[in-house]
Amino acid sequence: MNCDHCPCPQTLRVENMIPYQFIITVRLGFKSLKLHKLRSALTMLGIIFGVCSVIAMLAIGEGASYEAQEAIKRLGSNNILIRSLKPPEQARQQGQGSGRGFQLKYGLTYDDAARLLGTIPGVSRVLPMRIIRENVRFQRNEIPCQVIGTLPFYPEVAGAALVRGRFLAHYDEEHMENVCVITTGLARRLFPYQDPLNHAVKIATFYYRVIGIVQERSQPEQRSQAGQMEGQPLDNNVYIPLNTSRTRFGEVLIRRSAGSFEAEEVQLHQVTVQMRDLAAVETADPQIKTMLGRFHNETDYEIIVPLQLLRQAEQTKRIFNIVLGSIAAISLLVGGIGIMNIMLATVTERTREIGIRRALGAKKADITMQFLVETVVLAVGGGLVGVAVGIITPILVSHLTTMKTIVTLWSVLLAFGISGAVGVIFGLYPAKAAAGLDPIEALRHE
Amino acid sequence: MESIIRIEALKKTYVLSEENVVHALDGVDLTINAGSFVAIMGPSGSGKSTMLNILGCLDRPTSGRYFLGAEDVSRMSDDALSDVRGRRIGFIFQSYNLIAQLTVLENIQVPLFYRAQDVKTSHDRCIALAHLVGLGDRLTHRPSQLSGGQQQRVAIARSLVNDPLMILADEPTGNLDSKTGTEVLDLISRLNQDGKTIILVTHDDKVAQRAHRVVRMKDGRIDRDELRPLPLSSNPAS
Repeated sequence: MNCDHCPCPQTLRVENMIPYQFIITVRLGFKSLKLHKLRSALTMLGIIFGVCSVIAMLAIGEGASYEAQEAIKRLGSNNILIRSLKPPEQARQQGQGSGRGFQLKYGLTYDDAARLLGTIPGVSRVLPMRIIRENVRFQRNEIPCQVIGTLPFYPEVAGAALVRGRFLAHYDEEHMENVCVITTGLARRLFPYQDPLNHAVKIATFYYRVIGIVQERSQPEQRSQAGQMEGQPLDNNVYIPLNTSRTRFGEVLIRRSAGSFEAEEVQLHQVTVQMRDLAAVETADPQIKTMLGRFHNETDYEIIVPLQLLRQAEQTKRIFNIVLGSIAAISLLVGGIGIMNIMLATVTERTREIGIRRALGAKKADITMQFLVETVVLAVGGGLVGVAVGIITPILVSHLTTMKTIVTLWSVLLAFGISGAVGVIFGLYPAKAAAGLDPIEALRHE
Repeated sequence: MESIIRIEALKKTYVLSEENVVHALDGVDLTINAGSFVAIMGPSGSGKSTMLNILGCLDRPTSGRYFLGAEDVSRMSDDALSDVRGRRIGFIFQSYNLIAQLTVLENIQVPLFYRAQDVKTSHDRCIALAHLVGLGDRLTHRPSQLSGGQQQRVAIARSLVNDPLMILADEPTGNLDSKTGTEVLDLISRLNQDGKTIILVTHDDKVAQRAHRVVRMKDGRIDRDELRPLPLSSNPAS
């Protein structure tokens, strides 16, 4: 009868054992966890919150930075924006005595625009703009607008798309035609019932014929994240030829308000410099600064490089992610400690079972594996629920608030991976403790 | 007859402190033949439990040799001992020691699990054993749903599943009333009649009467080693 008990070769054992035994071990883990449903659920909660917070926080961070980056991208990454800026109050008063009732001259000039095109290498186009705030009227409708005097290639540089009709042409520029192009938003508000094309709108004292409607990608005066919105609907723009703007409105703009009036002389409110490629943007920035500095006594302009803003936004996002990620990682750590605590209790509670299994042929490694698998099942189960909750939470946040959220695949994988790792790391000690028990003592344990 | 257990000058010493050294086993020699039914008896503190632990490969002797089958298990590593326990020894405990969260069938399968048996054959074998001990209709019950006698019968089925060299029973009837105890002992006797080697540790003379040979221990040594009349033979052996 002894021949039945021939020792089977060790190698054969290992090969046959792994998949089958592993499946049984996993099933056993589930079974043991099901035995204490509430306890397992509460333990998983730590991991659920951890994983959920990793995903949700990264999604909110991602959404916030995406919005900022989109806003910057709308300005055009190949562009450099130079804006006229009213000099600070103090400097003005020193230069001109009382600020009241004086004509203030500042900002970019036509010469500046010409010099930018002529001297800075890598410039493909320079788009000058005069931006005047004026009410635009059609019949009984009167809407405060930005009347922008600009050149025919505005759509290409600023990225506006023509919806109907045509944009300003060179002909209009040369002949100082009284024509205008309006934005879609303004068209909707000003012409609720009519087709705006070929109707005349009144701006200040003159009538302008509407020749086209454009859809804006960005508004020249807008930088939403910088809070320069001035309470005006952003999409109320009227484009007229630059020459028309100069002759009809003049260089001196008078603004009257209660009890005072202010006159400013500004030739150009904004110049958009379009560079040939991204590399040129970086080098052109200091050159523009030097060049303009030579012709302006004070810095009555600001240079905005969307590309640099974009870089900064990316940098900020990285820091933001690290901070949010660490907070979430801490909650995962706490969850892991919770798991370890429960597993240690479980090992004590199941000392007898460990003794039985050891007596029936389980090696230390088998016991380690059993408890490790149980911990990992707990952690990964929590991780899966956490992923589900973590994906739903940002969606809810987006629905309930105006915040934009983006759940990225990598954050889900990261959070899930960490939950598995937490299971292994925090399960190892209890599992080792279980395997290290003396089988005789364990069998005697009550 | 072929010997399956050969113990030579076996000692187990526990050093509790420099002054206090306990010789739980103090030079034991014992040979057990295949197919025999041996009872090990002795008062508490006689070294009976230590003997059981070493016989069951749960513990290693301090000195001396222990051959189980052809292997010297007295110097084996922990993993190798686990392997020997899983393949060569069937355990029956006083308190049944079934795993509470497993069903009857799964409990019987546990030793095979650590030997990585083919699922189908092991399954069939476990069902056959459950029928053998009379629990064929309770395969999916949990231990808590069974009576003590039934639980012990599951344990007996479990001890048989790896077709061991010997079955080591530690007070198998200690937790049972006399009627179920007798039933369990009948089952064990029947296994012996079918050729299984049984080693039974007990302090109950009535239980020991079932065995063919009674080894009485005292102070870590074998005090008396007597053969009993075989149940089928009327000749008293001396």
